[in-house]
Amino acid sequence: MANVLAFAEQRDGEILGAAREAVSAAFRVASGLGGDAHALLLGAPGIAAAAPELGRFGAGVVAVGEHEALGEYNPDAYAPIVADRVRSGGYGVVVFPATTLGKDLAPRVAALLDVPLASDVTELDVDGGALHVVRPIYAGKAFAHLAMNATPALVSIRPNVFQPVESPAAGTVDAFAPSVDPAAWGVRVVERKSAGEGALDVAEATIIVSGGRGMKDPSNWPLLEGLRDAIGEGVALGASRAVVDAGWRPHGEQVGQTGKTVSPKLYFAIGISGAIQHLAGMRTSKTIVAVNKDPDAPIFNVADYGIVGDLFEVVPRLTDEIKALKAKG
Amino acid sequence: MDVIVCVKRVPDTETRLRIGEAGTAIDPAGVKFIMSPYDEFAVEAALRTREGAGSGEVSLLSYGDTSAQETLRAGLAMGADRGVLLTGEPGMDCLATAKTLAAELEGAQAPLVLFGVKAADDDQQQVGPMVATLLGRPCATGVASFEVGDGKVTCHREVEGGVEVVDVTLPAVLTITKGAFEPRYASLKGIMAAKKKPLEQKEASAEAARLNVTKLSYPPERAAGKIVGEGADAVPELVRLLREEAHAL
Repeated sequence: MANVLAFAEQRDGEILGAAREAVSAAFRVASGLGGDAHALLLGAPGIAAAAPELGRFGAGVVAVGEHEALGEYNPDAYAPIVADRVRSGGYGVVVFPATTLGKDLAPRVAALLDVPLASDVTELDVDGGALHVVRPIYAGKAFAHLAMNATPALVSIRPNVFQPVESPAAGTVDAFAPSVDPAAWGVRVVERKSAGEGALDVAEATIIVSGGRGMKDPSNWPLLEGLRDAIGEGVALGASRAVVDAGWRPHGEQVGQTGKTVSPKLYFAIGISGAIQHLAGMRTSKTIVAVNKDPDAPIFNVADYGIVGDLFEVVPRLTDEIKALKAKG
Repeated sequence: MDVIVCVKRVPDTETRLRIGEAGTAIDPAGVKFIMSPYDEFAVEAALRTREGAGSGEVSLLSYGDTSAQETLRAGLAMGADRGVLLTGEPGMDCLATAKTLAAELEGAQAPLVLFGVKAADDDQQQVGPMVATLLGRPCATGVASFEVGDGKVTCHREVEGGVEVVDVTLPAVLTITKGAFEPRYASLKGIMAAKKKPLEQKEASAEAARLNVTKLSYPPERAAGKIVGEGADAVPELVRLLREEAHAL
């Protein structure tokens, strides 16, 4: 019997979808191992109010560490606290979200605990009492099945892959006083600049509108922004390597092996021919739509739905149709 | 200012890969190998740091089989001063890899140790922050640009939905993303000079791997999609399919 701990990421006091997914995955693994799922929540005073939300997705206990200095993430503050809680809790498995924060935090915790970490995992189950862990390599050109021979087993799970499932548990708050020593920090956050109101990272989005060289010029991007806005919330812009290399779009938007690997619910590839390293980065998307004037473009081999045609005619029409659809409700 | 950059040899990202006979690794036959692109950004960042400071040495460190010499030579051709190759077989257990690298870096005087934010093969994003933790050095990940100041380095990190500016106390470990660091091409002169630069090779301290690959599999094939139609007239049907068949809108 082993309990499973999920690290519950919050941003500005809000529980992230990735935290619900981590708790939900922890609950499933704990059930398989005959244990309970716990969640660990760190934040500014008042963050305990978010604990019931974690209980709703399966956390029997929510360990809450509140401190003024924990409102925003600092690796030197967070890593020792998380390592401490894992150690004292005697957990069999620890689940992190493979978000930017999770990818920064989990390796430090692993090193502090002297146990390996499997990151960006896309399958996590219990099979006959043993963990079944699979993660993509080469940006999804292959999948590695892993044997983890250390306790606790640390994993980070790829956002949007594991569905959060409501499985009401007690969500009992276990408030503890985290040890925080800013004098010992080697990293200090000076400022955070938002990319813009409501701007969403491509790795977190549930829908991605990606543009490639077929867009012809960076000045044509309002076309994709229009489509993004018509669809509504949870939509991010993505880009192919070609347009990032050309300096048309920021690297943060790049999807593919030298950018971000994504698994949204819906992926629009607009004017993207589908180079192998791009396909590797987005082929696990649930539904793929491609618009390209070349009927032989490789993108059509992975697309669920394709339109062969001029994107400068197709995209405005698509934006209008979706607007009309949304207006109808 | 002295900078150490850790670099990894990986298959070219444009390469199609096949799983090898043993089923636990790719078949290297016919695969072109390159320096991991993020490590190239880190080498570029190191060279600019040295150039900005007006003095110092850029050292490269790699852990891999002897063919990684080629990767180190590529970095030397870009302008790095010397290379060290720890020969061994790094696997999926990044903590084991980090321990091997940390054992070599322990006691290193260089104020900056740089990594690519991730390796383009395994994409684990672990080794940099693990090495930092093992060495007790502070670390910033996903750094798109940085300026070295007095006893600290100010880093601009790519984070979800924006940019974060952090001050990191030196000596530090940074993992570098593309950002400002478009890598330079090696000049012919650089390639010639690289042949004469010192490249030390020694056996890596082996660490037991506790995370192992039991098998590799190919991604599930996507079911054949359909061409909905041609041009803007196909859009209403596409929207209907997205709504009624895919339940995606």
